[in-house]
Amino acid sequence: MKRSHTILVAVAVTIAVTLVTAQTTPDNPIKIGFMVPLSGGSAQNGRDILNGFLLYLDEIGYRAGGRKIQLIVEDDEAIPAVGLTKARKLVERDEVHVMAGVLLSSTGYALAPYIESMKIPMVYPVVSADDLTQRRRGTWIVRTGWSGSQPNHAFGEYAYHRLGVRSVVTIALDYAFGWESVGGFERTFRAEGGRITQKIWVPVSVHDFAPYLAQIPRDVDAVYALLLGRSALQFMKQFQEFGLKGRVKLIGGGTTTDEHVLPFMGDEAIGAVTALHYSAALKTRANEAFVQAYRARFKKAPSYYSESMYTGGKWLIAAINAINGRVEDRAALLEAIRGARPSDLPRGPVELDAYGSPIENVYIRRVERVNGELQNTVIDTFPKVSQFWKYPPAEYLRDPLYAR
Amino acid sequence: MTYFIIQSLNGLFSAALLFLIASGLTLAFGVMRIVNIAHGSFYMLGIYVAYTVTARTHSLLLGTAVALVVVATVGLVMQRFFLRRFTSQPLAQMMMTMGFALFFRDAALMIWGGDPFTLATPAVLSGSMDAGGIVFPWYRLFVIVVAALVGVGLWLLNDRTLIGARVRATVDDPEMAAATGINVSRLSGGVFAAGAALAAFGGVMGGPILGGYAGMDFDLLPLAFVVVIIGGMGSLKGALVGAIVVGMIDNYGKALVPELSYFTLFAPMILVLALKPTGLYGRA
Amino acid sequence: MAERKPRRGTWRLPALVTLGIFLIVGPPFVSPYWIGLLTQMVILAILAMSLDLLLGYTGLPSLGHAGFFGVAAYGVGILSTTYHASFWVSVAGGLLTGIVLAALLGLIVSHVRDVYFLMITLALGMVLWGLSYRWIPMTGGDNGISGIPRLESHAGLPVTGPIPFYYVALLVLAACSVLMMRLVASPFGLTLRGIRENERRMKSLGFNTWVHCYLSYVVSGAFASVSGVMWAYYNGFVSPTYLDLTASSELFLMVTLGGPATLAGPVFGAGAIVLLKNVMSAYTARWLLVLGIVYIATIMWAPQGLWNLGGRRSG
Repeated sequence: MKRSHTILVAVAVTIAVTLVTAQTTPDNPIKIGFMVPLSGGSAQNGRDILNGFLLYLDEIGYRAGGRKIQLIVEDDEAIPAVGLTKARKLVERDEVHVMAGVLLSSTGYALAPYIESMKIPMVYPVVSADDLTQRRRGTWIVRTGWSGSQPNHAFGEYAYHRLGVRSVVTIALDYAFGWESVGGFERTFRAEGGRITQKIWVPVSVHDFAPYLAQIPRDVDAVYALLLGRSALQFMKQFQEFGLKGRVKLIGGGTTTDEHVLPFMGDEAIGAVTALHYSAALKTRANEAFVQAYRARFKKAPSYYSESMYTGGKWLIAAINAINGRVEDRAALLEAIRGARPSDLPRGPVELDAYGSPIENVYIRRVERVNGELQNTVIDTFPKVSQFWKYPPAEYLRDPLYAR
Repeated sequence: MTYFIIQSLNGLFSAALLFLIASGLTLAFGVMRIVNIAHGSFYMLGIYVAYTVTARTHSLLLGTAVALVVVATVGLVMQRFFLRRFTSQPLAQMMMTMGFALFFRDAALMIWGGDPFTLATPAVLSGSMDAGGIVFPWYRLFVIVVAALVGVGLWLLNDRTLIGARVRATVDDPEMAAATGINVSRLSGGVFAAGAALAAFGGVMGGPILGGYAGMDFDLLPLAFVVVIIGGMGSLKGALVGAIVVGMIDNYGKALVPELSYFTLFAPMILVLALKPTGLYGRA
Repeated sequence: MAERKPRRGTWRLPALVTLGIFLIVGPPFVSPYWIGLLTQMVILAILAMSLDLLLGYTGLPSLGHAGFFGVAAYGVGILSTTYHASFWVSVAGGLLTGIVLAALLGLIVSHVRDVYFLMITLALGMVLWGLSYRWIPMTGGDNGISGIPRLESHAGLPVTGPIPFYYVALLVLAACSVLMMRLVASPFGLTLRGIRENERRMKSLGFNTWVHCYLSYVVSGAFASVSGVMWAYYNGFVSPTYLDLTASSELFLMVTLGGPATLAGPVFGAGAIVLLKNVMSAYTARWLLVLGIVYIATIMWAPQGLWNLGGRRSG
């Protein structure tokens, strides 16, 4: 008995000593584990997220809280199981202090139990699945991006009152992101008295919209489209092809005209009105500086993905500075991340709510051609929008998650 | 009625693209017994090359021509230096094409990045026809007509020429064909390259509508396989019939029962497999 | 050639023994990360061996084999989360889903051979993938199902952590290996090899080759299901990527790279691929390109698999 006690004490002392020496060694870099898809179909979005982060880390010379920053990048291949393996590698082998990244909700959900069990702070700059900070929220994951329904709550009201839209057909990708976006829009739009006459769900693997476009009646006020990447590109073109443009107003979720795909569109996109928490055409000093730096380095306009991890990086570094670089104290780091209020963010002021999700501006943007380039001109702003919109959180959370 | 006409035209458009892709797949299968997983890569490479050339020269015609030549060459090289060594080893060949598919996928990402794009619709073909409420894009009609012409051309080539006779003989029985003096290996290379070019042509024809994007190589491949399985592996006529069946079912399935669209697509395949495993026009 | 007993192949037994000893005593001495990778290798080894029964011993190239693996994983995921089923119910449910599916699909595919078999199983695999992707109320679609309890706590084991899980997986691998080895050495297994070599002759000898192929397909699906059940518990979630074409062909690569019709070869193949993917992707973002080259190189230079290097040994 006594002996085992001695061993226990010895082990405890060893661990303590190791921890203390680790903490006080100044040359020991802060390790940030980062992962996004860098191969396969979502590679470009992942690359955008990474680029935003690289841009910010360069700005601060890879130093924070008096220590060097070491960034370890992994490719999660947009496959949840690979993401989990990579997370294990970053945490258990590279022994990172904090994690950031992830693009897809599927990977985001897959990682959550592991992150919680390892008690490692992690920042999700993009994953927009509502429940991640609502009904299935954890402690260690902090979202600095947005939730899918968030801008759409605002947009539902805007469409009814400011765009004068009364009847809408929605066409959206058939997965959680689509349901939550349409669900958010539908909730506030209908509360104001608007009518959704039809909801068309298209598989994520859609390439030809013809069978769906043929179903849209010409007498609705607007079509609400929630697409992204190449599906948005294909949709815009085909929307015009089938003679809908000009007859029916086109509105939608922000990704449909986001800068990750907008430069590849033509005049067919002009006039589309969408809502998102960012636009590269936002006229603020912070954003113009960011866009200029980003364009100079990567030769293209930043997308909301790029902005996400520029801001996410800024957020993380602000937290690390707040605790003077003592990232070994994970609980303190988590506290600092939750309490951080970095200023001069490209997208405008952001703070976190009690559920670990941002309260931020939602911008209503219209696609215009300015100086020969398509852009999302901001035509209106809803300040300080929470993931719960105007509803009391407790009440909101009693309702089920938006589904088809 | 209008609705049905539009949806049927849509179905024909899908069928047209599928036929361009599946005809190459089925020909290669017929002659070489190859299950070519990299066939989708040819489709992808076609539009990427055409896009690059068109962006430099502003000539879609030149872009198309270069794309066909480049992809046919890629196919020829693959056949000559890799696949030919493994004649009558379908597993080895399949694995090899899988390797090439991964290789091309990542190489395309490396060379062209992952941003999506579309080709510009030729000016004369832009806009839509509007006949009594039937709105249908001219360009899609054009694709249907072109695919039909390609189909007729392939049929003439196959049925009325010496090359066609050799191909048919090889499809029937490669050993017998070799015994009668046909250079099966050279013929295989030619057919494989032609099939690759057809897939690339499909990519270019779809370019103004579907465009190019990362991951497109595996997007239409399952559909092309379904076409080949339904129509019968190795049969051109089968590819045509299969493409129309799949194009129509896929289109109407998506329009009428969107929840079940994936199954409406595969149900006929399973039915055909259960009743006639070699497909509608395939030989045992 | 046939009569020359290769003496060069003597590395195999030592290799196997070394691997066995390492798998049993090694894990407590390696880092948790490596235990995780070893666990993956062990689980995927079962899957690779299951395909070997079909591909190597029966000569039926199934390109949709990840389907059973994935469907069994979904069985566990759905039962343990949506229905809060107990451990044994979840495991039995997962296994049963996979086996019933194999029994049904077997009816469609068992009369087809060679390259047709390849193409048809490929298509069926795609149907299963589509099902997991589109049957959203059941499968959660793209997001999959997360929140599967940890195996140790679900099974009521007194210990938890990566090491106990690893040894459970190793035990399952050992049991499956013994069963499969006995199977391929049995008269049934010999008949399968006979069918692979010359089906017509086996028919004329009075064997019902359809039934043999059918049983082989079902048994193989059953072992794949075992692996799928373990995988669901290992990751704690299921997603459609478990059963897509890439998964099936990677599995195919494990068997081919390792050496078909050897059972031991695919175990090494599974280990090699897991190792390769994880080590390589740490050094280059272009690892998919490299993986493509590995496929091609395997066929060019080791078409019989690593296990058969230096003298053919497969049965």
